[in-house]
Amino acid sequence: MTTKAQAVLDWVDARFPLTSSIKGHLTEYYAPKNFNFWYFFGSLALLVLVIQIVTGIFLVMHYKPDAALNASGIPAAFASVEYIMRDVPGGWIIRYLHSTGASAFFVVVYLHMFRGLLYGSYRKPRELIWVFGTLIFLALMAEAFMGYLLPWGQMSFWGAQVIVNLFSAIPVIGPDLSIVIRGDFVVSDATLNRFFSFHVIAVPLILIGLVVAHIVALHEVGSNNPDGVEIKKKKGADGHPLDGIPFHPYYTVKDIVGVVGFLIVFSFIVFFAPEGGGYFLEYNNFIPADPLKTPPHIAPVWYFTPFYSLLRAMVWPLFGLDAKFWGVVAMGAGVVILAFLPWLDRSPVKSIRYRGPIYKSLLTLFVIAFGILGFLGTKPPSYAFFGVIPGAPVAQLFSLYYFLFFITMPWWSKMDKCKPEPERVTG
Amino acid sequence: MSVDQKMDGGRRQLLLATSAAGGVAAVAVAVPFVGSLTPSERAKAAGAPVEVDISKLQPGQMMTVEWRGKPVWIINRTKEMLDSLKKTDELVSDPNSDKPQQPAYAKNETRSIKPEIMVAVGICTHLGCSPSDKFKTGAESGVSADWPGGFLCPCHGSTFDLAGRVFKNKPAPDNLEVPPHKYLADTKILIGEDGKA
Repeated sequence: MTTKAQAVLDWVDARFPLTSSIKGHLTEYYAPKNFNFWYFFGSLALLVLVIQIVTGIFLVMHYKPDAALNASGIPAAFASVEYIMRDVPGGWIIRYLHSTGASAFFVVVYLHMFRGLLYGSYRKPRELIWVFGTLIFLALMAEAFMGYLLPWGQMSFWGAQVIVNLFSAIPVIGPDLSIVIRGDFVVSDATLNRFFSFHVIAVPLILIGLVVAHIVALHEVGSNNPDGVEIKKKKGADGHPLDGIPFHPYYTVKDIVGVVGFLIVFSFIVFFAPEGGGYFLEYNNFIPADPLKTPPHIAPVWYFTPFYSLLRAMVWPLFGLDAKFWGVVAMGAGVVILAFLPWLDRSPVKSIRYRGPIYKSLLTLFVIAFGILGFLGTKPPSYAFFGVIPGAPVAQLFSLYYFLFFITMPWWSKMDKCKPEPERVTG
Repeated sequence: MSVDQKMDGGRRQLLLATSAAGGVAAVAVAVPFVGSLTPSERAKAAGAPVEVDISKLQPGQMMTVEWRGKPVWIINRTKEMLDSLKKTDELVSDPNSDKPQQPAYAKNETRSIKPEIMVAVGICTHLGCSPSDKFKTGAESGVSADWPGGFLCPCHGSTFDLAGRVFKNKPAPDNLEVPPHKYLADTKILIGEDGKA
């Protein structure tokens, strides 16, 4: 570096921790050397967040959160989305990037969470990283749900109607609470405008704050790895972990490979299948919202369907409270229980590589259960597999398993026949 | 703060008083913000009664009108449809309409003022979808082989009979709401206002 550039840098460093931040978080942040495929999804989630923010900024320039009917009898909000798609130069691709980005966000986040389950990334000392992550997942669900109302199509309207009514199931305060959320007695223009405000300002701010907390906590304790052993325990003469390599350039380069792979798949969907076969953009949402008529089959977007199945599984009243309330409890508990994972898992080892057959088989079954719950959530309640096996009891069975997996974990995770962990990472 | 330092009681009290005053101010500031989330005066006023002419509604037909942003159904039930209510008495969870889901004048066997004319808010009491009419009986309805005719909610599968009574063991907790309504003439209904039948 020339002396002049060095002088400028010194001037900045005396006033702002620039060089030390770059060192602490990139060039001298030591990450385990054995990261594999599963470690792409954290940086990809960050990439998708950036895609959503940038495309969102440009969409807001043309979108109108207005439920009033225009001269042709179409709600202005719905018409403004069509306007973006047809008349705004480049509008179609910006909108498809945003709508595909929403689904991509959940794909990478679900894979990122599954990585945590595989390698015990939530275990001590990374409990707070996991808890922040659960909060990010919750904020993401709120963000996606409120964004889905904005096109003001049939699925937007009736999806919001159902989810807001969930809150009315809470005893005593429920009915008033749902009115405060809607700002009206029915889902209306007031609801659309406040969801727009939350979607573009409030929740993104919370989301960014939580992402910062997630990464700060991660860099405080250091990353876990596929072997689940602490690299900080074995340090070389230079004080750096023997099995660690600087994040930059090693993992920045690796993550660029992930970004390229991701963008190939993502672009293919944006250009050739932006509706995702009706799963990314549901067909009924191409019909303007009609408060008098529910479409014959409504289902949430695919990323909510496993939790939607938990909601539908509860059909019995308990303790004098309606089945509806217990459905809401099951759905909420399905998300919240994730946050307790660090304290439910009592296994002596972290990584699946050294876990015994119990964890391997129960986790496999958990993934199958989550997939089947997700699949059934896209189907009407009367769905039957091959027309003979009724879906509803299957969903109830797997819902029960979903919770049992977590609740009984303290016992079976301790019982499992684990292999000894190695001293150092195995590469 | 060093351990041996004595706490200044007077200053501590001032600190507490200031914090309390600040807390009260914060709550007071929150009032208009929370208030702005509740329905506006305009939204509250938008509840005018709706007049409906049912002279063209044939037996077995149903019509939908909008009242307070919600669908209200008016169904002209045939003799067979009314007879089906006797069969469903033991299948529904609130056969005598004991829960206050209807005005007193509609708390009867048919949940209506005139036996054949049913007026109900077409919003499922579970999570607010609008059920679809499944008036055909049996397997033809696509609901079940012993379906007596009624309504099926597409969202979570709650079913209602032809008086809007919810069947047992379904997610919906209550019968469909019967709105306040009265007859202005033999074939004219005013929805949204109580009155003698």
